[in-house]
Amino acid sequence: MQISVDDRGYYGRFGGAYIPEMLYPNVEELRDQYLSIIATDDFQRDFHHLLRDYVGRPTPLYLAERLSEHFGVTIYLKREDLCHTGAHKINNTIGQILLAQRLGKKRIIAETGAGQHGVATATVCALMGLECVVYMGSVDIQRQAPNVARMRMLGAEVRPATSGSQTLKDATNEAIRDWINNPVDTHYIIGSVVGPHPYPDMVARFQSVISAEMKTQLLEATGKEDPQIIIACVGGGSNAAGAYYHYLNQPEVRLIAVEAAGEGVHSGKSAATSVLGTEGVIHGSRTLLMQTADGQIVEPHSISAGLDYPGIGPMHAHLITTGRAEAVSITDEDAMRSAFFVSRQEGIIPALETAHAFSALDHIQYNSSDVIVINLSGRGDKDLGTYIQHIDRFQPENAIR
Amino acid sequence: MNRIEQLFQQKREGVLNIYFTAGYPGLTDTQPIIMALEEAGVDLIEVGMPYSDPLADGPTIQESGMAALQNGMTLPLLFEQLAEVRRHTNIPLVLMGYFNQVMQYGEQAFFSKCQEVGIDGVILPDLPLYEYETQYRTMVEEAGLAISFLITPQTPEDRIRKIDALTRGFIYMVSNSSITGAKVGISDGQIAYFQRISQMELKHPRLIGFGISSYETFSQACEYSQGAIIGSAYIKALGAGGDIREITHAFVQKIRGQVSV
Ligand SMILES: Cc1ncc(COP(=O)(O)O)c(C=O)c1O
Repeated sequence: MQISVDDRGYYGRFGGAYIPEMLYPNVEELRDQYLSIIATDDFQRDFHHLLRDYVGRPTPLYLAERLSEHFGVTIYLKREDLCHTGAHKINNTIGQILLAQRLGKKRIIAETGAGQHGVATATVCALMGLECVVYMGSVDIQRQAPNVARMRMLGAEVRPATSGSQTLKDATNEAIRDWINNPVDTHYIIGSVVGPHPYPDMVARFQSVISAEMKTQLLEATGKEDPQIIIACVGGGSNAAGAYYHYLNQPEVRLIAVEAAGEGVHSGKSAATSVLGTEGVIHGSRTLLMQTADGQIVEPHSISAGLDYPGIGPMHAHLITTGRAEAVSITDEDAMRSAFFVSRQEGIIPALETAHAFSALDHIQYNSSDVIVINLSGRGDKDLGTYIQHIDRFQPENAIR
Repeated sequence: MNRIEQLFQQKREGVLNIYFTAGYPGLTDTQPIIMALEEAGVDLIEVGMPYSDPLADGPTIQESGMAALQNGMTLPLLFEQLAEVRRHTNIPLVLMGYFNQVMQYGEQAFFSKCQEVGIDGVILPDLPLYEYETQYRTMVEEAGLAISFLITPQTPEDRIRKIDALTRGFIYMVSNSSITGAKVGISDGQIAYFQRISQMELKHPRLIGFGISSYETFSQACEYSQGAIIGSAYIKALGAGGDIREITHAFVQKIRGQVSV
């Protein structure tokens, strides 16, 4: 089975561009031009230059010896947490800002949940001197205060999304409405492999640098390009798409997609879309999403704002429903325990999203001879507020007396 | 013949189409609102299926939708209400909503149910033309339904022709690139766009919607098209509270320029 997007933006039966006519010219312009612009030498030169000198790529592939010993298997960490701004999100925003410039756009809008994509967008806008408006749910503005301050410091205007549930889904709605109202001069930088075609494919291409580097680095480290297993967390699915990309058509490489189970898959407070979701349309894409029988989109829950999304990108819906990727869901509690465990074990404080990926090690089968790569999508600085609330429970032994 | 096509055969100017969100302000207001609109002389009624994530809608319609959902409105209940309404009126009725709602009901089941309860047309702003043409067109046409697609100031001419070919009933001309309820007044740029489209001699009648809220904007829109569509302004009037029949009569009189207040 060859996995790629067709020219109408479908992965199997998922994808497409289910958008109101008001958005058609913008999306059509992108669809017509993204591949040819990305293919130019000029774009490639700027993209790779900025990834190297500004973002700090290639990010290391690190053999996590103490984790490997603990789990009895070889574990490598792809260190996206070491990217400038602290997560993989900037790979995509660099690509999209270069594209927006070439399309002659003057104003950038974005949505954000955890604030990582908002910060990555505000950063590239500062870099290029473009106006930046970031939509963020009012609830997320409360729980991700440091990132709100970072965006402001970088010169972006953060606009609260006060509609609906006031989280990532609603911030995305507001960004789309802004784009409808500003059809000519504005580019919308979507932060994951979601939204209407060509976004899922475009964002996956920009993130694919992750698996391109993995191949070279694994070859150097192990003598083989391929691991047996790749693990990544999935909110919309951009870090996972990047980590899987160059392995998609190698079925012998297992792809593990880790979703947020929240307080438990069937607790009513979960974001485990592959289990709870049914086929429908969200944010312009036909995919799996959490909804009522009547087609109203349901509010997800996850302790990690970056995984708190009621859908998944169409590529992942396709990978999971065809069995190419295995979905694992991890509770808030297990993710929290993993975050503290990994911090002590490797000296790396992961983002809460990434902590879900680590926790999957407790839930999958593997052989001791396997090589596993975990995509360490981001660092935990932004989550310190949440970690502080739990530290005495998970690390009572070194409490300050 | 379909009631919408019949309407446009008889009436080629000043067609007034009013949108309301089903289940707002009250769960059982669907029938009183439709009867009042008909009595007040509205030509065509768009019944909005409330949706959690209406991408093309501004705050007024969003909030009315959230309230309607909280009141307990569902698609099966709405169909029940509309079947009852149809026993009392012959006014053309259009269902408007988002494609996900149709998908979850089942596309074939949805269009058949529309036909069964006496709905005359549908508007699904996020249903793409290609998917419509290749997967759903036969279902819609076999159910005898009209379907309107949207055009905007940015829609290229060849695409407008394509939309004209796929439309049944009327073309929904979005007055400006915006979400619903966003802008007030009609600019010179918009007039130029209205004129340009009017000169294209399309097969189907055109109704202008988005930002039409008053006697002035309604009359202006009617100069360049067969009529216009009003949504947010009417929902605001309903939201202010009071007797539905009185509010509706006063609202329609104001729009038609028959001010009696
Ligand atoms: C560190 C980190 N990992 C993962 C995600 C989830 O997004 P995606 O699934 O697109 O990688 C986020 C989103 O904010 C994030 O900040």
